[in-house]
Amino acid sequence: MRRTDLEAVLEAKGISKRFPGVLALDGVSLALHPGEVHALVGENGAGKSTLIKVFTGVYRPDGGELRYQGRPAAFGTPMEAQHAGISTIYQEVNLVPMMSVARNLLLGREPRGRFGVIDAAAMYAQAERVLSGYGIDTDVRRPLRDLGVGAQQMVALARAVSVDARVVIMDEPTSSLEPREVETLFGVIRKLREDGIAVMYVSHRLDELYQVCERVTVLRDGRVAHTGDLADLERIELISLMLGRELGQVRSRGLTEFSRDRPGDGERAPVVEARGLTRKHVLDGVDVTVRPGEVVGLGGLLGAGRTETAKAIVGALPLDGGQVLVTGLPLRAGSTSAAIRAGVSMLPEDRKAEGIIPTLSVRENIALAALPTLARAGVVSEAKIDRVVEIFMRRLRIKAASPDQLVSELSGGNQQKVLLARWLAIRPKALLLDEPTRGIDVGAKAEVQALIDELAGEGLGVLLISSDLEELVEGADRILVLREGAVVGELSGDEVTEERIMATIAEQGDG
Amino acid sequence: MAELTVRAAAPKPRVYAWVQDYGVYAAVLALLLFNVLFTPHFLDVANFRTQLVQVTPIVIVSLGMALVIGTQGIDLSVGSVMALSAALVVLYLGYGWVPALAVALAGGALAGLAGGALVAYIGVQPIVATLALLVGVRGLANVLVPQLVEFRSPGLIALGSSSVAGIPVIVLVAAALTVVMVFLVRRTTFGRQVVAIGGNRPASELSGLPVKRVLLIVYVISGLLAALAGVLATARLQASDPTSLGQFIELSAITAVVVGGTPLTGGRIRVVSTVMGALLMQLLAATLIKHNLPQSWTQMVQAVIILAAVYATRERR
Repeated sequence: MRRTDLEAVLEAKGISKRFPGVLALDGVSLALHPGEVHALVGENGAGKSTLIKVFTGVYRPDGGELRYQGRPAAFGTPMEAQHAGISTIYQEVNLVPMMSVARNLLLGREPRGRFGVIDAAAMYAQAERVLSGYGIDTDVRRPLRDLGVGAQQMVALARAVSVDARVVIMDEPTSSLEPREVETLFGVIRKLREDGIAVMYVSHRLDELYQVCERVTVLRDGRVAHTGDLADLERIELISLMLGRELGQVRSRGLTEFSRDRPGDGERAPVVEARGLTRKHVLDGVDVTVRPGEVVGLGGLLGAGRTETAKAIVGALPLDGGQVLVTGLPLRAGSTSAAIRAGVSMLPEDRKAEGIIPTLSVRENIALAALPTLARAGVVSEAKIDRVVEIFMRRLRIKAASPDQLVSELSGGNQQKVLLARWLAIRPKALLLDEPTRGIDVGAKAEVQALIDELAGEGLGVLLISSDLEELVEGADRILVLREGAVVGELSGDEVTEERIMATIAEQGDG
Repeated sequence: MAELTVRAAAPKPRVYAWVQDYGVYAAVLALLLFNVLFTPHFLDVANFRTQLVQVTPIVIVSLGMALVIGTQGIDLSVGSVMALSAALVVLYLGYGWVPALAVALAGGALAGLAGGALVAYIGVQPIVATLALLVGVRGLANVLVPQLVEFRSPGLIALGSSSVAGIPVIVLVAAALTVVMVFLVRRTTFGRQVVAIGGNRPASELSGLPVKRVLLIVYVISGLLAALAGVLATARLQASDPTSLGQFIELSAITAVVVGGTPLTGGRIRVVSTVMGALLMQLLAATLIKHNLPQSWTQMVQAVIILAAVYATRERR
């Protein structure tokens, strides 16, 4: 009997969830059946985490119906969902590190002896029994923090399951695991399946999905883009569904503002040369070279290490290995200000958290990075600031009531232009742009794209990160494709197409 | 029509913004006016001077506190640093009052350096780092000078009691420091970096600001100002009293900053308003006492004012 013939244990029917300004989930239907491992995939903003939060009682849906074990369910709190039998395993382990493994495993329902005192011997025996059932062999008396992250996660998992879970949701469970630990996890998942527990597996690692999942649901822009058996879906099809690009669809160019008539200039000395950038679980020997006047795109799925590569280059991500050269000179590791002085700066993806200073005006935000050059003996020159601010507000067509308006009152597109102006004011040699057009309106998007083009034309080196494949293909002269923290392909010239990018992402991993 | 609607809705936030920006000035003025009208002998020079002299240490300490709070931090150690400087200044008075003052200031700067290093480089939360200093530095001050010591240094006594053109020197010092602080915050690269770091630290780091160094200097400045306040208070008392000098002044300073409209969430520093906040609280206490209301009433009224100020400076959406 196929598992999908069984009655669904957890089912979303036309679930919608609205946040101010966005429809995060738009009529999403998804059924989890007992004993199936169901992959949930999607790029940033697809609605994955919102859906998980609806399932686990963090959010209440605005529309649609949630059914659990055949009955309508409305979980008021995460606690209710958990008691009902829906457990969630997050990337970070939510346990008590100082307590013993056994205590963590049985927390709140320890075997008690007379007078309500915890029966330690019974507790250890029970804990060992539970863990060995999952093939986890460890001293349950030791404090949890002595275990590796992987083993801790197994304890969290065993705990979740032993609380009579019917559904286990795993959100990126392998992101900090060693390969051996991943194998153990998969062993546990297979056992869960045999026990008739439904597992929802959220990950970007395609190899893993194909290894453990039977069915897949692809979310895109808050809707279900596809649901079906994973075995029937080729990798490249899955990727094209996630990214929202039809296979074999040949688009005419000209939908973005990129001209791409920059002469291929492979002769000039690189402005940025990153060698072997490495950080455990994040980056694995990434090499990036950007020449003056060149736009280098970084392709890959969410979590492939694109943002991390850019952060590593500007010294905002601590590295275990690797080196960055700017115009041939090595940069001091881990120092953003050294990178900026050398001429390399980064436009962050999250404008609110890492970009704007919300309490300051447009003027102060633009002048921020350039302040030392706009001051004499530490005293700022208002006249110089005014001049710079005026130049860039005009050139970038920043729409603000006045330079003194609070930057937090501007639209997303204008905030992005303010941040670009902040960097242009220090005359950089290279800019690393992380999703420069995400979340801004169409008009501003076109302007930002045209600006990138123009700046590259003037000799600026640009590293472009974009989840918008069209933008990447039309904007970049050369594309490095990342997967799981490593460069898995380089495309240039005629190879720079959406299909080639997707095909490169889809190539079988080593593991 | 749409235009009209927007205009009609506009006045409300404008009044609100005005209260936020100038409420503390209005409150000080209103209270002054009330006293001029209803409090006998309020305008007597002696009375006025006493009020100003009393509030001076709080003003000086709160200048540093405003800077620290602007970075989303807090400095609880200021009272103990005042005690340390009081101890140091009498210990080194034998070398003359100027070198003794220098040693006291150096002591304050070192305490600030310790707090700043913990916060900026080790990542200890400001409230914890400066709480440790509050306890430890007070202890150190008591070890150096275990009981109240009177002194007879004409120079130091003159610093505490003499006047220029009828204005006490220590009031002049506080006024000068206020001007310096306004300049520092508004016109220097450092001041703008302080505000930016308080407004968004990750963004400041990605923008290449020397975040750690700036934080360190902020705490050093707070320590220096507290030490200066300690010396001035000691000069005025004509005695060094490390056991009780500056106790709870951190609370008065935080109150002055908050009542002045500097949000505890950082990213904004209002120097002159902070001074006004200190004056307001002082004036309020004096007024209520003059009108024979008990001390406990003062405290309750002060609580109301603090809450009102926090309400007015809460983040607008």
